[in-house]
Amino acid sequence: MKTLLRPAVSLFVLLTAVTGIAYPLAVTGIAKLAFPEAAEGSLIVHDGKVVGSRLIGQNFTDPKYFWGRPSATGPMPYNASASGGSNQGPLNPALVDAVKGRIDTLKAADPTNPLPIPADLVNASASGLDPHISPAAADYQIARVARLRQLPPTAVQALVSQHTEGRQWGVFGEPRVNVLQLNIALDSLR
Amino acid sequence: MSHHAWILLGLYLVVLLLTVKPLGTYIANVMEGRFRLAGKIESPLYRLCGIRQDEEMGWLKYAFAILLFNAFGALAVYGLQRLQAGLPFNPQAFPAVSPDSAFNTAISFATNTNWQGYGGEATMSYLTQMLGLAVQNFLSAATGIVVVIALIRGFARHSAKTVGNAWVDLSRVTLYILLPISIVYAVFLTSQGVIQNFDAYKEITTLEVTGFEMPKLDAAGQPVKDGQGAVVTEPAQTQSQTLAMGPVASQEAIKMLGTNGGGFMNANSSHPFENPTPLSNFIQMLSIFLIPAALCFTFGRMVGNTRQGWAVLAAMTLMFVAFASAAMYFEQQTNPLLTQLGVDPAAGNMEGKETRFGIAESGLFATITTLASCGAVNAMHDSFTPLGGLVPLVGMQLGEVVFGGVGTGLYGMLIFAIMAVFIAGLMIGRTPEFLGKKIEAFEMKMVSLAILVTPLLVLLGTAIAVTVSDGRVGIANPGAHGFSEILYAFTSAANNNGSAFAGLSANTPFYNVMLGIAMWFGRFGVIVPVLAIAGALAAKKRIAVGAGTLPTHGPLFVLLLIGTVLLVGLLNYVPALALGPVIEHLVLWAGQ
Repeated sequence: MKTLLRPAVSLFVLLTAVTGIAYPLAVTGIAKLAFPEAAEGSLIVHDGKVVGSRLIGQNFTDPKYFWGRPSATGPMPYNASASGGSNQGPLNPALVDAVKGRIDTLKAADPTNPLPIPADLVNASASGLDPHISPAAADYQIARVARLRQLPPTAVQALVSQHTEGRQWGVFGEPRVNVLQLNIALDSLR
Repeated sequence: MSHHAWILLGLYLVVLLLTVKPLGTYIANVMEGRFRLAGKIESPLYRLCGIRQDEEMGWLKYAFAILLFNAFGALAVYGLQRLQAGLPFNPQAFPAVSPDSAFNTAISFATNTNWQGYGGEATMSYLTQMLGLAVQNFLSAATGIVVVIALIRGFARHSAKTVGNAWVDLSRVTLYILLPISIVYAVFLTSQGVIQNFDAYKEITTLEVTGFEMPKLDAAGQPVKDGQGAVVTEPAQTQSQTLAMGPVASQEAIKMLGTNGGGFMNANSSHPFENPTPLSNFIQMLSIFLIPAALCFTFGRMVGNTRQGWAVLAAMTLMFVAFASAAMYFEQQTNPLLTQLGVDPAAGNMEGKETRFGIAESGLFATITTLASCGAVNAMHDSFTPLGGLVPLVGMQLGEVVFGGVGTGLYGMLIFAIMAVFIAGLMIGRTPEFLGKKIEAFEMKMVSLAILVTPLLVLLGTAIAVTVSDGRVGIANPGAHGFSEILYAFTSAANNNGSAFAGLSANTPFYNVMLGIAMWFGRFGVIVPVLAIAGALAAKKRIAVGAGTLPTHGPLFVLLLIGTVLLVGLLNYVPALALGPVIEHLVLWAGQ
C-alpha cells in the first residue's frame, strides 16, 4: 500500500493540473481567437444594445409577436440561469391541463384559426430555453401577427421564410425558425 | 419511423464504423507502448511521481492502485464543493454545496456516473466545474479504459503473474487518447456556438416584459408556505434575462468522449449553450460510442485475432439498431390524451424535446446515451412515451454492454462472452474455453459476481425507496410513472449512467446517500472481479484449438452472445418493468 501512495497522490495532482487547468485555459485561448463571438454566447446587438442571444429563447406573450415554445423554468419562464424541462409524464393530469390552457390561449388570440395545433407550440421544451419553433408553429401564427400589426400576411410570410432554417447540411436536425430574431425583424418592419 | 430517422441511423453507423479501425489501432499502439512521440514527457513525469515504468503489477496491486487513485478523486471533488465559496473563479458567489449533495456528486463523478442532484449553473463555481468535475471526467474515463486493457492482457498473456502498470496505463490513456481528441473536439464545439469563457453571468434586457409568480420568502430566505404546505407566491414582472456563462466547451468535450454525461448546465445537452446545433448534436452522439467501438478493435488486435473484436462489435451493433429504432418509433407517437385536445398528431411526442433536434435526434440520442454509460440527455426522458422511456431504462439494465461506457462497455461484454462460452460448454459437455484460456470455477464465480452486483443494488434500492416515505416523497408524477422514476434512478446510479427521469426530487439526504452507495459499489463491485478475472486468465497456459472448441468469431457466437446478454441481463428486471412502463403504456392507450 505504502509504495502506491506516492504515485497515486503525485500522479493525481499532475494530471489534475494538466486536465483541470492547462486544458480549459488552452481551449479558452483558442476559442477566443478562432470563434470569439460564439465563445461569448452568440449575443445579438441591436441599435448598439445587447438584446439577447441567438441561442437562447425569450418569453413572448404579446399576440403581436410570434410566440415560442412553452418554458417550464422557474420562477419565470425562459430563466437562462436555471434551465430545465417540465418532466411531466404522458399520463400526468398536470400535463393535460397545461396543454389545454395553452391551446385555449392560442384560440383566444386567434379564434378563427382553422389549422391543427402544432405540438411544439403547446409542449414545453427540454431546456426551457429553446430558441426555435417549427415552421408549422410559425405558419399557425402568421395570420394573427399580420392582423394585429396591420401588415399584409404575405409580408409576414416572407419574413418567416427568410428566418426559416432547413436541416443542417440537408440531413441533421429539423427545420426551424428562430423566434427572437424573427420578432426583432418584425419590429424593424413596423 | 420516418425516412429522416432511418437516414440518420444509417449515416451514424457508417461514420462510427469508419472510425473503428484507425482509432482502435492507435489505442492498441499507445497501450502497448509503441507510441513514443511524447516519450519526452513521460519519463520526467514518472520520475517526478516515483513511478518505475517497467515495474509490472499483479491484479490485486493494480486494483488497489485504481481504488486509491479514484478515492483521491472523490475527496478532491468533495473538498472543492465544500470550499468553493472562498476559492477563485466563482463570479456568481455560489455558497458551499451541502455535505450530502457534495458526497453524492463526489462519488458520482469519480465513478463515471455523473448523476446530478443539483442544477449546474445554479450551484457550482467555474473552479469546481473545471478542476473538480471535468478532471474526474478525464480520470474516471481513463480508469474504465485501463481496466479493460488489463482484462485484454489477461487473454493475451499466458503463464504471467502481472496485468500491467496502472500508473503508466492511466497516464497514457489521459495524455495520448483523451486529451488530444478533447482539445480538437472542444474547439469544434465552440465553432457551433458552445460558450467558453470565465465571465460573470450576463444580464440582458428582453424584448418583452415577463409576468410571473414569485415565491414569497421569509426573513431567513426560505419560501413561505400556506396551511396546506403549498408555496405562497406573489405576482412579479421582469424585463431582464440572466444568461449563465462559463468554460462549457472544454467540459462538454470530455463529458461526451469519456461517456461521463454530467452537464455544465442543468438541462445538459438540451441546453443551447451545450449543444447548439444539429451538427454539434450528431458529433456528440458519435463521440459517445467513439472509444467504446474502437476498443473492440483494440481487443482483437491485442489478442492477435481482429475477427474476435469484429464479432463483439457485430453483436453490439445489432442490438443497438433494434433499440434505436424502437425509441425513435415510440417517440414518434403523439400522446393520445393531447390528440384529443386537438394537437396535431403528426409531430410526435414533443414534450421535453428541443425543436432543432425533433423526434429522431432525441430518440437516437436517448438510446446511445443509455446503452453507453454516458447519461447526457438532449431531451427529458421523464416525458417520453411509456415505451419510449422503457428503451433507455432497459439499455442501462443490460449492464451497458452495447458499446457501453469507455472500457466498461467492453469489459462488461467480455464478461457476458465468458458466460456465453460457459453456457455453450455446458450444452455440449466440454470444459469451456475462450481465446485459448480454460474457463474454470474461479472465473465463473467472479463473472457471476460482476453480473449480479448491479441488479442487486438496483432492485434492493428501489424496493427500499418505494417502501419508506423519504423515498416516496420525491416522486413527481402520479401512478405507475412515479415508480418508474425511482426504478430509473437506481438503475442509472448502479450502472453508472447518470441520466434520470428528472422529475424525481433526488437532492435530499435520503437519495444522495442511497444513490451514492449504489454508484460506488456498482462501479468498483464490478471492477474488482473483472481485474481478478484478468489476473486469473493471465496466469493460465494457452491451450490449442481443438475439435470441441467453440469458435468465438462467427455468426453463431454473435447470436449466442446476444441471447446471453438479453436473457441474463434482462430477466432480473422483467417484474419491475411490468410495474412501471408496461402498466403505464396499457393505461395510456386503453380505449384508443
